Amino acid sequence: MPTSDYDPACLPDLLPLYYRRLFPFSQYYRWLSYGGVSKNYFQNREFSFTLKDDIYVRYQSFTTQNELEKEMQKMVPYKIDIGAVYSHRPSQHNAVKSGTFQALEKELVFDIDMTDYDDVRRCCSAADICSKCWTLMTIAIRILDRALREDFGFHHLLWVYSGRRGVHCWVCDDAARKLSVAARSAVAEYLSLIKGGEETVRKVVLSDPIHPFINHSLSVVERYFCQYAIVEQDILGSKESVDKVLALLPEDIKKDLTVYYQEEKNPMKRWDRLCTLVEHKKSSIKKGGQYFDKEIMLQYCYPRLDVNVSKGVNHLLKSPFSIHPKTGRISVPIDLKELNTFDPFEVPTISLICEELERPRADEAEDDDVKDKENEQEAGERRRIRDLQKDF
Amino acid sequence: MQFPGRRKKVIGSSQNDLYDHCLQFYGQPPLENISLTEFETFAVERLKLLKSVENIGVSYVKNSEQYVKKLDAEFSSLNFPLRTELGDRRVQGGTSEYEKRRKDHISHFILRLAYCQTEDLRRWFIQQEMDLFRYRFGELTSKHKTDFLHKNNLKYETVSAEEKKSLKDKLITSSYGLSGITVEEYDFYKVPFQDALDLVRTRKVYLLAGNAYIPHHEIVTIVLNDFRTRLSKALAMTARSLPAVQSDERLQPLLSHLSHAYVGQDYSIQKNMGKISLEQIDALSGKSFPLCMRHLHKALRENHHLRHGGRMQYGLFLKGIGLTLDQALQFWRSEFVKGKVDADKFDKAYAYSVRHMFGKEGKRTDYTPYSCMKVILSNPPSQGDYHGCPFRHSDPELLKQKLQNYKVSPSGINQILELVKGMHYQLACQKYFELTHNVEDAGFSLNHPNQYFTESQKLLGGGLEIKKEVDMSQRSQENPANMTRPSQANSKQAHEEMGDLDSFFQDE
Repeated sequence: MPTSDYDPACLPDLLPLYYRRLFPFSQYYRWLSYGGVSKNYFQNREFSFTLKDDIYVRYQSFTTQNELEKEMQKMVPYKIDIGAVYSHRPSQHNAVKSGTFQALEKELVFDIDMTDYDDVRRCCSAADICSKCWTLMTIAIRILDRALREDFGFHHLLWVYSGRRGVHCWVCDDAARKLSVAARSAVAEYLSLIKGGEETVRKVVLSDPIHPFINHSLSVVERYFCQYAIVEQDILGSKESVDKVLALLPEDIKKDLTVYYQEEKNPMKRWDRLCTLVEHKKSSIKKGGQYFDKEIMLQYCYPRLDVNVSKGVNHLLKSPFSIHPKTGRISVPIDLKELNTFDPFEVPTISLICEELERPRADEAEDDDVKDKENEQEAGERRRIRDLQKDF
Repeated sequence: MQFPGRRKKVIGSSQNDLYDHCLQFYGQPPLENISLTEFETFAVERLKLLKSVENIGVSYVKNSEQYVKKLDAEFSSLNFPLRTELGDRRVQGGTSEYEKRRKDHISHFILRLAYCQTEDLRRWFIQQEMDLFRYRFGELTSKHKTDFLHKNNLKYETVSAEEKKSLKDKLITSSYGLSGITVEEYDFYKVPFQDALDLVRTRKVYLLAGNAYIPHHEIVTIVLNDFRTRLSKALAMTARSLPAVQSDERLQPLLSHLSHAYVGQDYSIQKNMGKISLEQIDALSGKSFPLCMRHLHKALRENHHLRHGGRMQYGLFLKGIGLTLDQALQFWRSEFVKGKVDADKFDKAYAYSVRHMFGKEGKRTDYTPYSCMKVILSNPPSQGDYHGCPFRHSDPELLKQKLQNYKVSPSGINQILELVKGMHYQLACQKYFELTHNVEDAGFSLNHPNQYFTESQKLLGGGLEIKKEVDMSQRSQENPANMTRPSQANSKQAHEEMGDLDSFFQDE
């Protein structure tokens, strides 16, 4: 499917059209109302908009779906963020006695950003992504989705493509929305295995006993590692990247491999040798486990989350279905059943769908046209939102 | 809350119901009437207990053998409940177990009133109560632990044997130190993960479907979490109803003093007056003064001046070590005159305040020298001030330099800085005492600058006057209730007075 070239300069023209004809207001409203079980849940929700010329406005709130539509069509936000459900209407927060206006609930959210992997991916860096490194997102989603469901017992997860270089997860269960700051940070830390920044070379350290969560995560990583890291990322190819891997190993193994690699150039064989040596070392040492090979796999593939995003009850996160101004892509929900075939480069841009909207179709009325557009883009994905709402 | 119902129950059934477990969550406040004496005594004793918990907790590894032994001793001496059964009549004379539990209950609630007012106070109180609770829970038998959980509606189900079997491998690998046998033998509790955050955060426990599978010996962490949350909420609520309590004139002075309380000798009565000569002060400042007073003395000597806060803190300390009014006047005048103040101005402005300190002006109350608590918590120094507690108020780098100048060893300095980092200022000063006097253990719990001086003199062989001090302090420990009430009344007035005096000299 050819993607129309997206030009940010067109946003002022495309956005009004998008908000008038394509943004799924009724599903959006139904999601955020959560079945109307709590009074004023939607009314007390904070939204923030980034308008043209980078004007940022917080504490937007709306009383009805209609008001939401009208305001968005009027203000034409370039970016939309969703915040917490507060004790009072955010738009009236100044009228409330100081100290009583508080964030009460919000979905538990996770933000996986590809830039956090820059030290371990060779194909791209910074804001760039490609099909090779996208596997990292696939791995992240599989690991986190399993853990959130099986370990924490959450059921209602919405995974969303951020529009440029990552994915977000919205955990919408009632229990999740009510979590305290401490609980959110505990969940995020439970899910974190990569510790250390620029200064740390060895970012994953495993010791006995290996927690079941780590074992589960390892089995996911192992499924993808050879194809992703050895073949595509070629981490045991060039001297530079080989050195990075060797830096994670103890001296004796490092020495052995340096010699071995002088002869053996095949990356898979190089990896096998590495694993064999680690196994060998493990069995010869009585105390404790040595898991250097597993640590390497995790360091190169395990999800890296920003704990600060997940911690705050009042943290604002990019809204599903908003547009990413730099890429024009729509933040679409990801259907986990089709995860293996999800391609971020096939995600529709606002230019594309607006163009498709305009394109005359001989025997269909405009209304059907609109519906078709909606369905084409978001059929599978909006099903996910309906699934969420079913239970609220 | 159906109070009438509860009351009936209490009156009808035996005493045993109300305090049938030696440990409690302090969920329900006491409903009876108590005398003011009991009110004060209970509060003061619990405060002593909590301070011991704090001190012992820094000196020994928490829950180690020595820690437990020391706390056990404190418990006995202060008459707080240990872990015996209610029916045990082994105690002959002395307080019954029931009475001890009653005291535990009531004293906790009184201290809530005193410690709910600021964030710092709340934090301190919660920390000590938690350590106290952890120690007491840890000492319970397994059966009593389970009893406690059930009585307090901690609906933590035990994991069935079949489930344990099916999850055996997972359970073994998720907690340190478990084997196949221990998993089979020991109880596991299924707890919603939100109640076990510390274990979840560090991945020390098995999680399934939102539940944490906690081995029996870890259950204390969970219980503590619960305890902290409850107490935190309760303190917030208490703070809201505080105005009503504070309007009761009988309680207000005691409560405001408990939170700044120094529960020991207050050095208001000097038995060693006149035993110090002015010439000795310079030497004494290096040998026997705590760091704060050494600092103030040095600043006075160098600048020939001290601002109001410094004059109060140092002046009262000097009174406490035995300077007479005449000596004090001579001391201050001689120093100030070397500076920018001529004798006339001194007599007009500063002499009044010195006499005031000795109770010879105004309401004629004898002021009490400041305790460490007071120095640390009130009136922080600003630019140009030299008062306060150097361990609390000095920048750590400057403190380090100063200690180096005073020839404290590098390792000693590190120990002190560690204590400062942990906000244990009095213990840091105690460590300074130990290092400068070359002793392993100071042998006392530092709470008052004058206590520092007395102990130092004792160590360095001060002679007759020291013995008198010891008698004095022993007597005061034995009758805490009698001792503290009059002095608290004094300090209360002194406190009010202080306000007037402060405003009088504010331009300084």
